[in-house]
Amino acid sequence: MLTRRFGDFDAAEDAVQAALADSAEQWPRQGVPDNPRGWLVHVASRRMAEQVRSEQARRRREEAAAAREPADRHLAPPADEGIGGEGPSGRDDTLAMLFMCCHPALTRPSAIALTLRSVGGLTTAEIASAFMVPEPTMAQRISRAKQRISASQTGLALPGPAERNRRLASVLHVIYLVFNEGYTVSAGPRLQRVELSREAIRLGRLLHGLLPEECETAGLLALMLLTDARRSARMGPGGIPVPLAEQDRSLWDAEAIREGVDLVTAALAKGSVGPYQLQAAVAALHDEAATAEETDWPQILALYGLLERMTDNPVVSLNRAVAAAMAQGPEAGLAMLSDLAGDERVSDHHRFFAARAHLREMAGELGAARADYRAAAARTANGPERDHLITRAARIASADLPE
Amino acid sequence: MKYMLLMQFGAQSDLAPMHTWAPEEVTAHLDFMKEFHAELTEEGELVGGEGLADPGQARTVRAGSNGAPVVTDGPYPETKEFLMGYWIVDCETEQRAHELAARASAAPGPGGRPANMPIEVRQVMSAPPADL
Repeated sequence: MLTRRFGDFDAAEDAVQAALADSAEQWPRQGVPDNPRGWLVHVASRRMAEQVRSEQARRRREEAAAAREPADRHLAPPADEGIGGEGPSGRDDTLAMLFMCCHPALTRPSAIALTLRSVGGLTTAEIASAFMVPEPTMAQRISRAKQRISASQTGLALPGPAERNRRLASVLHVIYLVFNEGYTVSAGPRLQRVELSREAIRLGRLLHGLLPEECETAGLLALMLLTDARRSARMGPGGIPVPLAEQDRSLWDAEAIREGVDLVTAALAKGSVGPYQLQAAVAALHDEAATAEETDWPQILALYGLLERMTDNPVVSLNRAVAAAMAQGPEAGLAMLSDLAGDERVSDHHRFFAARAHLREMAGELGAARADYRAAAARTANGPERDHLITRAARIASADLPE
Repeated sequence: MKYMLLMQFGAQSDLAPMHTWAPEEVTAHLDFMKEFHAELTEEGELVGGEGLADPGQARTVRAGSNGAPVVTDGPYPETKEFLMGYWIVDCETEQRAHELAARASAAPGPGGRPANMPIEVRQVMSAPPADL
């Protein structure tokens, strides 16, 4: 129902706003008697409705503010002066540095390297080793990044109010990429990559401390904590990933889960909902299920529906199809996937084949599932994931089908 | 994302064997390769790379019944494309890897014209996993 309601998003904006405003008033009154965690979806949908209404007003305010400000206000102040006189200068310096490291003139790898070096405080050798490139290469990447910022048109200028949100989104994305790099950890020489996840969480904590009112900052920190909480359970012997449903949940980090749930709860209840909060809410639902069977798939499905409307990311649509299969049966998910097969951003992507393989296996279409697992394995660039996909294909071949 | 750029020579390319080039043409080619290597380092994109010895010295090895190496000559450069060298680069996009490959392919050959060797681009298994 919720998904269908938000399906109206594509319709005329006025109609959408009216529909959402309507839902916003009804959700709280109706309450969620049968579903103790149903509020996640409800609060998220209510906030989305508010956002649609206030987004344009905010944009107008920001543009007006940017127009009023003198141009030199956007330049970085001297080192001994706080930025804009807001709070202690140490706090603002860190923030200014993070914004600078995620300058639009930089490629993502450069922004990541510079962030880890300048704000994270890792040595160049540590960063080089974490990303498995030679130290001189990493040293050059960092020094090139600094040169590019100096040489760019905006140089060291701090982002103005209108640019600030976009830059903050870049900072969050860079931190999340660092986290994901670390999360690749398998075995042997890659063990050091754990440090990257810890570093990303540390940066997320730092940023959340600097900008406690930014809900997406809290959402990102929550997402990282709730994902990292499963670390000890998600790798089997030889570094092969263990699917969520098969993980030993007693190995999950209960304290990290509690912290993550508290963060995303507070963020969702407070302000503007964004993709990190929604993903954190999904992660929270997984983490709070005592067994895989108890997972609240209907609510995860609804959250992915919200996320899909917000991001237009086909990978989210894949996840939503898997959630639909879990909530309503494999046919529902497979129907969504056949709609996605025409989206060339994803139709030749390994995740598409991996998702369809999984759903076809659920539906008992074993031959087709095996072919999809193989197609996915041939397309992934992640070693442990490829091993996992090949193992799944082989398991079907040996157990159920003549090769 | 890491990519391996494999530089090939062989029957399929129109390129004359390097030992038939004029000395200054060989020098220009080798200088280009050094410069390319240095540029990749300066850009912060080089993971590694080596040139390989003449394929006339290549041997093919298989394990024998007791695990001992069984060595045969070849593959022979006359019969197929062979690997002359490789780079591993770490760059943001596949498109960037293609640009670097094209740059390597444009290394000067006979008469100073681009040698236009085929460069095979292969992604290294180092991407982050899919999650959620």
